[in-house]
Amino acid sequence: MSDTTSRISDNIDRFFDSDVWWSFKSSKVTIGAAIVTVLIIITAIFAHWVAPQNPFDPAQLDLLDSSLPPVWYADGTWKYMLGTDDQGRDILSALLYGSRISLMVGGASVVAAALIGVTLGLLAGYLGGSVDSLIMRVADVQMSFPAILVALLIDGVARGLLPNERHDELAIWVLIIAISLSTWVPFARTVRGSTMVEKNREYVQAARVIGRRPVAIMLHHVLPNVMGPVLVIATIGLATAILTEAALSFLGVGVPPTSPSLGTLIQIGNNFLFSGEWWMVVFPGIQLAVLVLAVNLLGDWLRDALNPKLR
Amino acid sequence: MLALIIRRLLQSVMVMLTVALIAFIMFRFVGDPIAQMVGQDTPIADREAMREQLGLNDPAPIQFARFVFNVVQGNFGISYQKGVPVDELILSRLPATLELSFVAALFALVVAIPMGIYTGLYPRRWLSNVFLTVSLLGISLPTFLIGILLILFFGVMLGWLPTYGRGEIVDLGAWTTGLLTESGIRSLLMPAFTLGLFQLTLIMRLVRSEMLEVMRTDYIKFARARGLSNRAVHFGHALKNTLVPVITITGLQLGSIIAFSIITETVFQWPGMGLLIVQAIQFVDIPVMSTYLIVIAFFFVIINMIVDILYHVVDPRLRAETGGKGH
Amino acid sequence: MTASDEPSDRPLLEVRNLRIEFPTRRGTLVAVDDISFAIAPGEVLGVVGESGAGKSLTGAAIIGLLEPPGRIGAGEILLEGERIDKLPYEELRKIRGKRIGTIFQDPLTSLNPLYTVGEQLIETIRTHLPLGETEARARAVNLLEEVGIPAADERIDHYPHQFSGGMRQRVVIALALCAEPRMVVADEPTTALDVSIQAQIISLIKRLCRENGTAVMLVTHDMGVIAETADRVAVMYAGRIAEIGPVTEVVKHAKHPYTHGLMGSIPAIGHDVDALTQIDGSMPRLNEIPTGCAFNPRCPKAFDRCRVERPSLMPAGRSSVACWLYEDEAKEAAHGG
Repeated sequence: MSDTTSRISDNIDRFFDSDVWWSFKSSKVTIGAAIVTVLIIITAIFAHWVAPQNPFDPAQLDLLDSSLPPVWYADGTWKYMLGTDDQGRDILSALLYGSRISLMVGGASVVAAALIGVTLGLLAGYLGGSVDSLIMRVADVQMSFPAILVALLIDGVARGLLPNERHDELAIWVLIIAISLSTWVPFARTVRGSTMVEKNREYVQAARVIGRRPVAIMLHHVLPNVMGPVLVIATIGLATAILTEAALSFLGVGVPPTSPSLGTLIQIGNNFLFSGEWWMVVFPGIQLAVLVLAVNLLGDWLRDALNPKLR
Repeated sequence: MLALIIRRLLQSVMVMLTVALIAFIMFRFVGDPIAQMVGQDTPIADREAMREQLGLNDPAPIQFARFVFNVVQGNFGISYQKGVPVDELILSRLPATLELSFVAALFALVVAIPMGIYTGLYPRRWLSNVFLTVSLLGISLPTFLIGILLILFFGVMLGWLPTYGRGEIVDLGAWTTGLLTESGIRSLLMPAFTLGLFQLTLIMRLVRSEMLEVMRTDYIKFARARGLSNRAVHFGHALKNTLVPVITITGLQLGSIIAFSIITETVFQWPGMGLLIVQAIQFVDIPVMSTYLIVIAFFFVIINMIVDILYHVVDPRLRAETGGKGH
Repeated sequence: MTASDEPSDRPLLEVRNLRIEFPTRRGTLVAVDDISFAIAPGEVLGVVGESGAGKSLTGAAIIGLLEPPGRIGAGEILLEGERIDKLPYEELRKIRGKRIGTIFQDPLTSLNPLYTVGEQLIETIRTHLPLGETEARARAVNLLEEVGIPAADERIDHYPHQFSGGMRQRVVIALALCAEPRMVVADEPTTALDVSIQAQIISLIKRLCRENGTAVMLVTHDMGVIAETADRVAVMYAGRIAEIGPVTEVVKHAKHPYTHGLMGSIPAIGHDVDALTQIDGSMPRLNEIPTGCAFNPRCPKAFDRCRVERPSLMPAGRSSVACWLYEDEAKEAAHGG
């Protein structure tokens, strides 16, 4: 017990002494980005406590309060700080609930993409030969099309395959699969490269000679080596995934309007742009941009901190 | 050089066949093509007859061969949603998308390359930091949001620029253009800016990182040690060496601009292929979807070939592979 | 300077108390600490030491191309009596290539792959000399012939990748000698080459410099190359000069225990060897340099004083050595003289 705790505290000490932590501390922008990210994640997770209203509970909506402007306008009220939409939904609440869905879809997509990419990268790097060239060929072809297009087509195919009435229900899963299938390539490329290097190391050869399973040993050695790059790709990938989800939802092929993400909110608000009700689109837009910017900044910092050569 | 072009052509044909296969699988196996063409009350026997007539009962390889044959002749089938031949549909939308993409790409390149060079050469100057911050904003702001904000500001609030459509267009027979009328150009400004901005930031960052990379190489240090002027080192040696990777990625980016135009076209209701595909996906209009895929792949393959040939113009090491080699 | 065999005329290059430092977040690292030496016109000074000893940094400092954040913390560098370490970039640029030529380690990466060797030569010649395109080209062909490239008037239009490693290094040498500099800094000029070609390149550098009266600062970790080429040798260890003197003296009568070790590890002259296989331990990292003599933890003859007080160069025989073992001898010499 005490051994474990001391080891943990050792690790913690080492972390706080490391270059990564130092570069974090010395960058105000990064600290700010981290605070903003954490704040958005926490308020999104606890949206049902933090938000003034549950925008999906019809009992809490009042049509008389629809299309109210933000509080600083003459007819705005503190009850709806950022105004309401045409259904009388509080924009602030919708925004918090929307962030939750955006983060959920983005996070799940990145995890799925990382799993697919790391697995395929290991396979390609370790097996080599035709498996390698097949996987990398697919990756090449896919990389040549933007993620948004791949995701759109996968979504379209899924619509064709799934019965219509179940589509809304499954929309979020389709979206996660579409986004992860369109973003796994960078993970695979990194892991493949690292695997190919490790494969020829003596210990792998030695493991083969003494009859131990080289795959297990390699996993043990390769995975720690690629953790850094994978983390960087995942962070930047999270920003991309959130953006892709928002774009798909904006195009009307993303999450259903019954559980709107930030992209859906922007799409809905877009319809009211010309009647001057700008707050329906601008606030969700700001939230989305700030979230993606903060995550991107963290990703940039992580990349620089883990790869001092690039500084 | 000729051998290279032939080899690349063969590769391109392979890529196109692969994409065609995907398109065919989508076309043939996603949903039932017959169900889309006939009414609810068509008897099963009639459906079977139609199936036979359209060759849908033939073995898959034969169907695929027929599909490719049709595609090569420009016959992409009939849109489920609109009941019009898909090739007509695409051709009528193509000019709008290509014009928008071309102007956006031009804008992105002309602005991004000098900015990238500057930030790569002088990474510590304040203007570089400004460029980098702005570029990060450009990457983080979703394209559609930029479009919406532009519409809100210049369209709704100031009323300076049109917010949707192509404006007045001139019909040149096979091509329609908005570049010849004032309203056409005014209509193009915001969409082109929106579409180009994301590519601009990517290209700028790419040029910058390549420039930084090259500035660290031995031959740049040696060029300095030879006493060459900064000008010669920066623009003679460093810039030329960044060209190869920059051409590659820029080429790929420009290819993807056409696909990225989907979002921009939706925001500005720009009557191009992107708007078409979004509607096609919502209606599961498979022929339009598979055709769009093939068309995009085609543009992509062409751009790739141009990029490859440019490589060989820039890099003597590649030229040597095809030509003679010294000892 | 204390080296007793120094030619009587004014040194071509003089380095006085040079200190090169790298500011880091854990304080300033001193990579080169208080080194002084001089090079006479036409003289070949070998600078030898392990990688990380600071020899390449010294070369970079002389031509004013220290990579930031590295910087000259103290000291002076004089070229023909004129200080060049504080010159503005543009002034120093005109000296580089014109008055000090440079030869880099790796001929594979020193040449820009996208230009022919002729373009690179002509560009360098025209930067420093008032020649037209045709004259510069003629001179470039001459230079290539001089460095022993056959069919120079044809090869001049070839790209670097069309040359072998040895031939490329000849091109690099031609580039360094373009404007007939009076001095050349050669940073490990043979390390990246095949053993069979090393000797050719070394004798080429030697011949060219002898013919033109060019002084050379030859930076290498290969004692064999030094013994064959240099007039004098400076042995560097952990950013300091351990011993400096005429090459015969240093090779035959090594004084500093570190030099002893270095000599003991040469199997045969002209071979590239891991120079320090016979000395226990390894050179300290920059942030771990011990107090006193930097070599004391590895020194078989270290005594108390070595661990406390840093020795500076003192005359011993025909060399100068930074070692307390020679203090008495140095004092005697001072009294005697």
